[in-house]
Amino acid sequence: MNMAVKPADANDGRANAPEVMLDISNISLSFGGVHAIKDVSFNIHKGEIRAIIGPNGAGKTSMLNVINGFYHPQVGEITFKGNTRTQMRPYVAATQGIARTFQNVALFHGMSTLDNIMSGRTLKMHKNFFWQMLRYGPAMQEEVEHRERVEEIIDFLEIQHIRRTPVGRLPYGLQKRVELARALAMEPELLLLDEPMAGMNLEEKEDMSRFILDVNDQFGTTIALIEHDMGVVMDLSTRVVVLDHGEKIADGTPAEVSSDQNVIDAYLGVAH
Amino acid sequence: MDILYNILIDPFVQMGSAPDFFLQVLWSGFVAGTLYSLIALGFVLIFKASGVFNFAQGIMVVFAALTLVGLYQAGVPAWIALFLTIGAMFALAWLVERIVLRNLVNQEEIILFMATIGLNYFLIGFGEYVFGGEPKPMIAKELGLPTGSTTFEPFGGIVIIEHLDVAAVIMAIVLVSALAIFFNKTRIGRALRAVADDHQAALSVGISLNQIWVIVWFAAGIVALATGIMWGAKSDVSFALQIVALKALPVLIIGGFTSIPGAIIGGLVIGFGEKLFEIYWGALLGSGVEGWFAYVIALIFLLFRPQGLFGEKIIERI
Ligand SMILES: Nc1ncnc2c1ncn2[C@@H]1O[C@H](COP(=O)(O)OP(=O)(O)O)[C@@H](O)[C@H]1O
Ligand SMILES: [Mg+2]
Repeated sequence: MNMAVKPADANDGRANAPEVMLDISNISLSFGGVHAIKDVSFNIHKGEIRAIIGPNGAGKTSMLNVINGFYHPQVGEITFKGNTRTQMRPYVAATQGIARTFQNVALFHGMSTLDNIMSGRTLKMHKNFFWQMLRYGPAMQEEVEHRERVEEIIDFLEIQHIRRTPVGRLPYGLQKRVELARALAMEPELLLLDEPMAGMNLEEKEDMSRFILDVNDQFGTTIALIEHDMGVVMDLSTRVVVLDHGEKIADGTPAEVSSDQNVIDAYLGVAH
Repeated sequence: MDILYNILIDPFVQMGSAPDFFLQVLWSGFVAGTLYSLIALGFVLIFKASGVFNFAQGIMVVFAALTLVGLYQAGVPAWIALFLTIGAMFALAWLVERIVLRNLVNQEEIILFMATIGLNYFLIGFGEYVFGGEPKPMIAKELGLPTGSTTFEPFGGIVIIEHLDVAAVIMAIVLVSALAIFFNKTRIGRALRAVADDHQAALSVGISLNQIWVIVWFAAGIVALATGIMWGAKSDVSFALQIVALKALPVLIIGGFTSIPGAIIGGLVIGFGEKLFEIYWGALLGSGVEGWFAYVIALIFLLFRPQGLFGEKIIERI
């Protein structure tokens, strides 16, 4: 059990050729006459924070919806962890390790913070519900184990004090945090965050930025991040893909895209 | 002044002067109330999971009871017929999910509602085709349901308790408690509440809508079977039984469409209310109060508290 030995490090080529976790290939998506995504390709490396930016209506949210199977593209392929599909289904995406948050917070409003986060454990719980109903030993044991995992996440995101509060009563910033907690409870390999800092004040943004970095760092979670604040994007992301009117107009490191003329033009058209 | 006396004073004088009879009335109200609660619960489960008012719930009661009795008449022993009927209710839930719900996902609620109307008429036709339309006796004795009655003598009078009613109450309480625990304390229950709150978020954490739908329709099927057995044992098994399910509508309006405690309390309110009203105020209004009392109460609720006692809106108004 020598933790210091990491065989992967012995492979020299590894660091130069990062592993592709998700590959989006020639995706096109339209709703009737509206072309939300037009022939977009990009990939996400294992372990990176990949920002997706672009003006409103660029197709960023639609792209996340394609990745986790809410939307089914008319053209293109999605390869996740080596499996290629023309479309995802939300259930498959979740079982394969994709979790997400929503642009407009989507919590279970009637439930407490704790129950919301516990719902993230859905796929991890296996004991037959019949035994759960009878409050049978092993099933209770399982519930307890999951509670422990959830408590760790609660500590991590510093939301101990709202554990029992119905989420409908929480201020917006905390709701976003609970939503992140629910996604983390799934122990995802790929985490999709749709504007996690929208509508937050500076302090809340800083907290959220720190959490995102820590998740990436401590759990090794790969993250796709939609964000409008260019400062945040520069600080957090490894690489950035830029969408405009459904098309990909740039792809590269934060420094590369921010000096790209197409990107500057696209953003000049919009007040920011 | 006479009329006021008859409304406000005389009924209570009667209750006080014949307390044994009053107890008898309360008991019969309680028996009916528990069964109304049970039937309303079937609606609530389906409404929570899919936002649809299941028009076919009443006919499911008839269909379950007919299947049970039909199998028995075809020579299947009673207990095996019971298990086969439970199997049939599962098959029905599975088929409804496969053929109807799965294909109508993301459609307007009114379309789903129309689909349950379609299901309703399909089950009527199918049930009549397979089992025939004539009333059949419920196989209560064969299933071990008690007969006979016990007489109590409180306050120097008499109260007669039918053993069948005791069995009905016990069964309703057991079933309602089991369902309440199931949907409050288990992972599936949490999943059901999640689906009711936010479809997309529920999907994103890996909750399978298809699985939840099969489970709630199966639960509603079990509830229908239990109601069919108990109500069938009191009268006969025929298509007229579906009228019982119509009582669930006022129960739901009182309790709120999405609340399990609401269904229980709403059922008891209607059960007690209609019996007391029939006996003590019925003469003033002409007889047959039992037939319409529930709907009048429901109307009053619709006017003054449309979300019901436990409806969603109360929770969200903070
Ligand atoms: N469900 C939908 N039905 C119809 N049009 C949609 C739907 N979802 C997105 N769109 C359209 O697709 C385009 C991209 O939207 P969206 O992905 O939300 O952009 P962004 O997240 O970058 O602001 C918009 O024109 C939007 O109106
Ligand atoms: Mg968006």
